[in-house]
Amino acid sequence: MTFDYAPAPESRASVEIASDYGLFIDGEFSPSASGSSFVTVNPATEESLSSVAEAGSADVDRAVAAARRAYDAVWGPMPGRERAKYLFRIARIIQERSRELAVLESLDNGKPIKESRDVDLPLVAAHFFYHAGWADKLEHAGYGPAPQPLGVAAQVIPWNFPLLMLAWKVAPALACGNTVVVKPAETTPLTALAFADICRQADLPPGVVNILTGAGETGRLLVEHPDVNKVAFTGSTEVGRSIMRTLAGTDKRLTLELGGKAANIVFDDAPIDEAIEGIVNGIFFNQGHVCCAGSRLLVQESVAEDVLERLKARLSTLRLGDPLDKNTDIGAINSAEQLARIDELAKSGQGEGAERWSAPCEIPERGWWFPPTVFTGVTQAHRIAREEIFGPVLSVLTFRTPDEAVQKANNTPYGLSAGIWTEKGSRILWMAQQLRAGVVWANTFNRFDPTSPFGGYKESGFGREGGLHGLGAYLKTEAAR
Amino acid sequence: MTHDRIGVRKTHKLFIGGAFPRSESGRTYEVATATGDFWSNASKASRKDARNAVIAARTGFGKWSAATAYNRGQVLYRIAEVMEDRRAQFIDEVMAGEGVDEAAARQQVDAAIDRWVWYAGWTDKIAQALGTANPVAGPYFNFSIPEPSGVVACVAPQASSLLGLVSVIAPVIASGNSVVAMASTERPIPAITLAEVMATSDVPAGVVNLLTGDPAEILPWLASHADVNAVDLTGVTDRDLAISAEREAAGTIKRVLRPAPEADWNADPGMDRLRTFVEIKTVWHPMGL
Repeated sequence: MTFDYAPAPESRASVEIASDYGLFIDGEFSPSASGSSFVTVNPATEESLSSVAEAGSADVDRAVAAARRAYDAVWGPMPGRERAKYLFRIARIIQERSRELAVLESLDNGKPIKESRDVDLPLVAAHFFYHAGWADKLEHAGYGPAPQPLGVAAQVIPWNFPLLMLAWKVAPALACGNTVVVKPAETTPLTALAFADICRQADLPPGVVNILTGAGETGRLLVEHPDVNKVAFTGSTEVGRSIMRTLAGTDKRLTLELGGKAANIVFDDAPIDEAIEGIVNGIFFNQGHVCCAGSRLLVQESVAEDVLERLKARLSTLRLGDPLDKNTDIGAINSAEQLARIDELAKSGQGEGAERWSAPCEIPERGWWFPPTVFTGVTQAHRIAREEIFGPVLSVLTFRTPDEAVQKANNTPYGLSAGIWTEKGSRILWMAQQLRAGVVWANTFNRFDPTSPFGGYKESGFGREGGLHGLGAYLKTEAAR
Repeated sequence: MTHDRIGVRKTHKLFIGGAFPRSESGRTYEVATATGDFWSNASKASRKDARNAVIAARTGFGKWSAATAYNRGQVLYRIAEVMEDRRAQFIDEVMAGEGVDEAAARQQVDAAIDRWVWYAGWTDKIAQALGTANPVAGPYFNFSIPEPSGVVACVAPQASSLLGLVSVIAPVIASGNSVVAMASTERPIPAITLAEVMATSDVPAGVVNLLTGDPAEILPWLASHADVNAVDLTGVTDRDLAISAEREAAGTIKRVLRPAPEADWNADPGMDRLRTFVEIKTVWHPMGL
């Protein structure tokens, strides 16, 4: 006999979504100057959630001007210890409203509630709490005796961890004394708009945080605005390149957190059961919509067969479906566009001769979904081994020696993260030294912490978010003081 | 009958992979002293020379980045020692090239030598100054350490032909990067003498590569080269050239240091340059029984 899971949906009652939202500028919501707006939908059901204003050139001007005024008059001159208390307040309010925010995130993004509830929201609160404490201790952070903020920061947020990536950008910026204009992704604006309400509850002075919803064009207008001092972008390497080109010749500071094609390396002495969980978490966490996802499994030849067999067995137990169901492991793909991209790359894998296996799971009739998929027989030349898929698709390659593992792992223009699975501590540290990646996880994967700097080597971007190193992105260099 | 001895002039060449080749293009350009007298025909580096220099720098990077910080410190200190031996020569060349009096030239040369000593002392402190142990909420020893970015292409300052050059290449190699540097176009001679110092200071071949010529011709190739990790535009005086180089650098998301025409090379260098050309690696090491 088989046991079926009964539905266990998280209540939507904690969430109130307005039928439409304006732009959050200078502490108030207002419609866009042009009156144009767009709809954000629930990717699991394709239902419309709300209509959101689309910021244009005049709105960007107004938001940057508000941020500049707040910087000059209020936030810049405010003692660090007072800024700290605002950030602590925000952290507390996020904790208080975390269930509501988690549900909202899952509705707008499609990620399972167990992830938004147990990963995203705790980290969001922790991020504000951590950075709050820095606000009055910056002179002890190793950036010289009198660290100074940059001014107005333009921050462009991706759709994969909408509120968490907002926290990664807003918290250090405010702690260092900057004001911000935030542009959330067009498919996931709702938690950023909820954050505006958190700023209201915290009595944050008007203009310190401004939120402009819109698509790529809004982002372009924002980063090109002449009165912006700093641009922080998380997203695709392609857009990162174009932002870097745009900023050439200006004195704007830039940090980029871009794509990845991380190797997750399993040695034959690894604790295999733990490694299986780590492989699953590495690539199927958040439907693989993770820039640091362990999308290339490098497994030592001697254990490859065993690992693959156990991996497929484990993937066959994953539950795909309603993101709000507490038992759901795999949620919805964030947009039809992203689904098409994943599909195209997966087809290229088959076309180039790799063998495709997808977990047997029922795909809901509505919404955008992709089953956990594993490719074997992958060569380094295949597109699925080179290009970022940003979906639940794992490419499996094998190796014989540690040197071969290093060579294959580093054979990518990216360098965001890597994973190592072995019981041998000395091997962990040797491998970590050889890998050209900004974050190296040993016997774990996709683990984050506000004290732990995150960011890439090579074409995965530059600058760090989190930790002491993340502060540097929002402070003047010594030469510029 | 007596006559004045005729001096033996030196042919000034490039410095690539520890050797002193002429430009593969066979081209040279005339270098004059500050008073306008003929000084030398310097090699005019070509795109091919720049590419060869990048290949040499990539090779040099492997050995240099793997060297211990202590070893790198000794090598940098050795550079200062060998420069000190050639102090008089450097003073003459700075005087001739920059048109300053002897006291001013001496000050520049002494500051350049002392800068190597300063950075020699940095090599084994960068990881301590820029590294952290991070108190993550979980059973992991989490640490962040700086590692060199890789191959760095530099355009050295145009006016300060020796102190400026040393001030841009020393922080790059101190942390374990290798460098392809373009010397001051009109004042390249101290750079070539510095290359001779490099060649006799235990600096592994390819760690420092020096090109003479026109940045407008060479820089675009370095800025777009996929095996260059970072571009230091400090000495670029042409604004359009700097902008196009930064745009080219975006192709492979290179680290870029923008031009610094007003830089005061006698000021305390601080840590900005050291920070620019390192990557921070964070490792999560498990703890448990």
